[in-house]
Amino acid sequence: MDLQSYMPVPPGIRMEENFFSLDDILLSHERLPCRTESAFPRLGFLEKSSETRDIPEMPLWLAKGLYERKRQVLSVELPKVYREEWRTVFGADPIVVDLHKMGPYYYGLGSQMLHFDSPENPEIANTILQTFIGRFRRTMDSSQNAYNEDTSALVERLDCLERSLFRAGQSGLNGFQLWEKGRSSHLTASSLVINYRKRKIADLQA
Amino acid sequence: MSLLTLRRNFFNVHVITTTKIYRENCLNEAKTEGKSELIPSIKFRHSCLLRNQRCIAAYLYDRLLRIRALRWEYGSVLPTTIRFHMCAEEMEWFNQYKKSLATYMRSIGGEEGLDITQDMKPPKSLYIEVRCLKDHGEFEIDDGTVILLKKNSQHFLPRWKCEQLIRQGVLEHVIS
Repeated sequence: MDLQSYMPVPPGIRMEENFFSLDDILLSHERLPCRTESAFPRLGFLEKSSETRDIPEMPLWLAKGLYERKRQVLSVELPKVYREEWRTVFGADPIVVDLHKMGPYYYGLGSQMLHFDSPENPEIANTILQTFIGRFRRTMDSSQNAYNEDTSALVERLDCLERSLFRAGQSGLNGFQLWEKGRSSHLTASSLVINYRKRKIADLQA
Repeated sequence: MSLLTLRRNFFNVHVITTTKIYRENCLNEAKTEGKSELIPSIKFRHSCLLRNQRCIAAYLYDRLLRIRALRWEYGSVLPTTIRFHMCAEEMEWFNQYKKSLATYMRSIGGEEGLDITQDMKPPKSLYIEVRCLKDHGEFEIDDGTVILLKKNSQHFLPRWKCEQLIRQGVLEHVIS
């Protein structure tokens, strides 16, 4: 197994975000369509040219910060992928959908959408779960059987969560293959060192 | 996966912006006595502040995680090229981390302590065959003999002495 000294903060589980996780920060950058129910005085600089004082799309972090259940400040609409039409598509056959194109953070964003108390929450949660279950087998299978080949075709249609699972599978596969060949006790230069050296040469050439 | 120079001027801009936004918020708050109209704007600015804070904190934390990894990969002494990319506080953190790790290693495993940065992969033999990848000068082993590490020379050396150099890419483990 590739020895990991650098262990970045993983993304949060379920509806929680990890504060320091870079993946979660990128995830909360995704934009959501929304409607502002009350005015935002003194923030006129945000209003570009429209007459209505509406901010039609907000990043997730802003929507979460402004949303309040009791007071009517913001109402968040569901992005396309989580609506009725797409839910039936996922129900029919989850494997064929290109999840990377549908927003690279399908599962993460879906879990965060549950914060906004939409009446469709149970269905959304169920769809996300069923989609994951439907696609998992294919991901696991391909990650365990693609040894030493170009995996870009396999990884293309996966969303970020599935990609990290794929990488974990590949790392396990490579470790096993090394062990089978008897090279598990073969000492190697650390990948960090190799990368630093590459960068140094690139700097010199620049 | 490399550490780049800490972007100091970026931080200065951030501090200035944060102070401006915060003052704006305070000003608004002072006027709201009983009126709750300005609250959405205050919340808006506050969310922006929290967001900036989160991004910067995560950036700094990630740098620390990478620096910690450097201790395990490079050993106690970092090459100058890497040290150049670290700021003084990070160097300080690295030294403290080294000290904590050393104290811990001394406390386990009996009298002399246990070096846990060794034997990352299960050892199969005491001595290993290594080939030199670049000139590293002279190298002394336990019984006093001095070996000259010249490029492409091959040696049969004790495993625990070479492990560090192999990880740094100076030597290469040869398996026949």
